[in-house]
Amino acid sequence: METILSIRNLSVSYYTDEGEARAIRNLSLDVEKGETLGIVGESGSGKSTLALAIMGLLQPPARVKTGSIYYKGRNILSMQGEEIRKLRGKEIAMIFQDPMTSLNPVKKIRDHFIEYITEHMENIDEHKALEIARKMMKSVGISEERLDDYPHQFSGGMRQRVMIALALALNPNLILADEPTTALDVLVEAQILELVKRLKNEFSLTLILITHNMGVVAEMADRVAVMYCGRIVELSKTEELYKNPKHPYTKGLIESIPLLYNRSRKLVSIPGHPPDLRNIPSGCSFHPRCPYAFDKCMNVEPELEKKEDGRYVACHLY
Amino acid sequence: MGLREYILTRVILTIPMVFILLSIVFFVMRILPGNPVLLRFEKNADPQLIASYTHKLGLDKPLYIQYIDYINDLFHGNLGLSMSGDFSPVAPEIMSRFPATLELAIYSTLVAILLGIGLGVLGVAKRGKVDSAIKLYGIISYATPVFFVGMVLQIVFGVFLHVLPVYGRYDGTPPSGITVAGIHIQTGLYTLDSLLSGNFQAFLNSASHIVLPSIALGVVISGVFVRITRANMLETIRADFVIAARARGLKERTVLLGYALKNAILPVVTVIGLQFAILVSGAVLTETEFSIQGLGLYLVDRVYFRDYTAVQGTVVFLAIIITTVSLLIDIMYAYLDPRVRL
Ligand SMILES: Nc1ncnc2c1ncn2[C@@H]1O[C@H](COP(=O)(O)OP(=O)(O)OP(=O)(O)O)[C@@H](O)[C@H]1O
Ligand code: SF4
Ligand SMILES: [Mg+2]
Repeated sequence: METILSIRNLSVSYYTDEGEARAIRNLSLDVEKGETLGIVGESGSGKSTLALAIMGLLQPPARVKTGSIYYKGRNILSMQGEEIRKLRGKEIAMIFQDPMTSLNPVKKIRDHFIEYITEHMENIDEHKALEIARKMMKSVGISEERLDDYPHQFSGGMRQRVMIALALALNPNLILADEPTTALDVLVEAQILELVKRLKNEFSLTLILITHNMGVVAEMADRVAVMYCGRIVELSKTEELYKNPKHPYTKGLIESIPLLYNRSRKLVSIPGHPPDLRNIPSGCSFHPRCPYAFDKCMNVEPELEKKEDGRYVACHLY
Repeated sequence: MGLREYILTRVILTIPMVFILLSIVFFVMRILPGNPVLLRFEKNADPQLIASYTHKLGLDKPLYIQYIDYINDLFHGNLGLSMSGDFSPVAPEIMSRFPATLELAIYSTLVAILLGIGLGVLGVAKRGKVDSAIKLYGIISYATPVFFVGMVLQIVFGVFLHVLPVYGRYDGTPPSGITVAGIHIQTGLYTLDSLLSGNFQAFLNSASHIVLPSIALGVVISGVFVRITRANMLETIRADFVIAARARGLKERTVLLGYALKNAILPVVTVIGLQFAILVSGAVLTETEFSIQGLGLYLVDRVYFRDYTAVQGTVVFLAIIITTVSLLIDIMYAYLDPRVRL
């Protein structure tokens, strides 16, 4: 398999008046071409920060402390100017959580498409760009007349379809979807996920799907990376992870799935709270909440290691 | 509400506003010491002469009768006769002076918008030292009185450099406009009239006169624009749709102008409307300083002579202009922001 994205020893912190919040700590991860990689974790575990780092979009107070992110062998974190601009949107496209706030409220949908396409492809004029826009709208199931509408004239689900159409307009290789359905109700969510699945195959995309909904990852992902407190604590094939979760945190997450049907969409079943990122517990950062914690856990931080069965876990139990 | 109903409602609401303003001016002027007759003559003038003039101007009638008479005239579109000088009608005088004020208002607003929005965007785009300097400019220019800026400009460009005229609107006979298909077009805006008649020399003449006053007034007003533009840009630049725009790999120029500025401009537009009232008061000072025969100078002059009718007429006229402009601004706002449907 070909690795399309390779993250090495990435550390990102937010420097605020209250101190340094270590949002991502020494994280390494490979994304294989064509797969759907789910990234799950509680709120504040650093998922969006990771996504923005991959896009090279981190802004102060965030700063990359160490590490590199290779896209097809080129380090995104050392790219500048036109090089990074041409990567964004053209090679890697992003879908955001709230499509209401991620479209320009004073621009028609058609203009979103036209500027997007023409600023990346010099040899395409407005007319041709519009043709692509029509085609994309059709492929997400929206009639092309709606290109003349403004973002606020769409419902939440329709708007997310528009965002997806936009993200795919330049035929990117990698899609980063940061909680693409969290703002939608369950029925619409199912439709959007179905659409994403179909388009992923149609456009042979690699998909990184960020969510805190374990049900969504189970449905969509080939592999799952579980994030806790800025680190990946477990990484394995979706089926294995669900059948036999190893990390105590993953176990907690999976036990919490029935709660999803309670319409409580937050991962709340694990007792305790995620730690303050300015003051992360020593040793295993999960130890204050871990039912299996023992002496070593308070002093030594477990590394994410490949175990005999080929699965990656960061826990002293294994 | 449709656009037409909206405009209609606004116009109807304007009437009591103008009415109240006018009434205040009407009574305050008459309560203040001094009146047009006394100011016309020497201290020891013939009492009989004074009485005859007082009668002639209707100032011997009870106050409420004067008021009713004036309102009655007003509703018939009659602003009355001036109470001093040659007792000429007020309306034509106002109309003849209005273009001077309008021209000053237009150019100084232009200066303010260019400076204000330009510097605001520049500060946000560059950050750091440039931004700090621009922030300082915003505060200082806002706090500086217009006559001070005007004086500095007059001294530097007029007295030392001798490159620009420091008073008046034109040297010689002003441009006369153009006659098209038998219709004579003369706006009274000298820069426009000279362009219409194709006289470039005349254009330079009038433009050179308007430069310093517009900069003086424009700089003072631009302070608010700089601050509003900066503040709104800084807010919108953090908005999700701006991050999303960057994630789409749009050019930085598009992100700054098409996304951040285009959304930040809405509050700026409202402020332009609000600034217009301030602009008019600024115009009074500027016209005085640069001897521009506009409405501002007229107003100051007429207040001095307690020329009741002239002052009332000018106030009514300005109030109508100001409300009209703010209505136009509202309509423009609705046009710029698709989410607002009037
Ligand atoms: N602009 C910021 N300034 C300071 N700290 C920030 C900022 N943005 C994020 N953080 C910190 O970084 C941590 C990770 O945030 P991030 O948004 O990446 O989490 P997340 O996993 O995406 O959470 P969610 O599920 O709520 O979206 C948070 O705990 C927060 O404290
Ligand atoms: S390392 Fe220790 S504290 Fe951390 S998850 Fe494993 S058992 Fe629990
Ligand atoms: Mg997030």
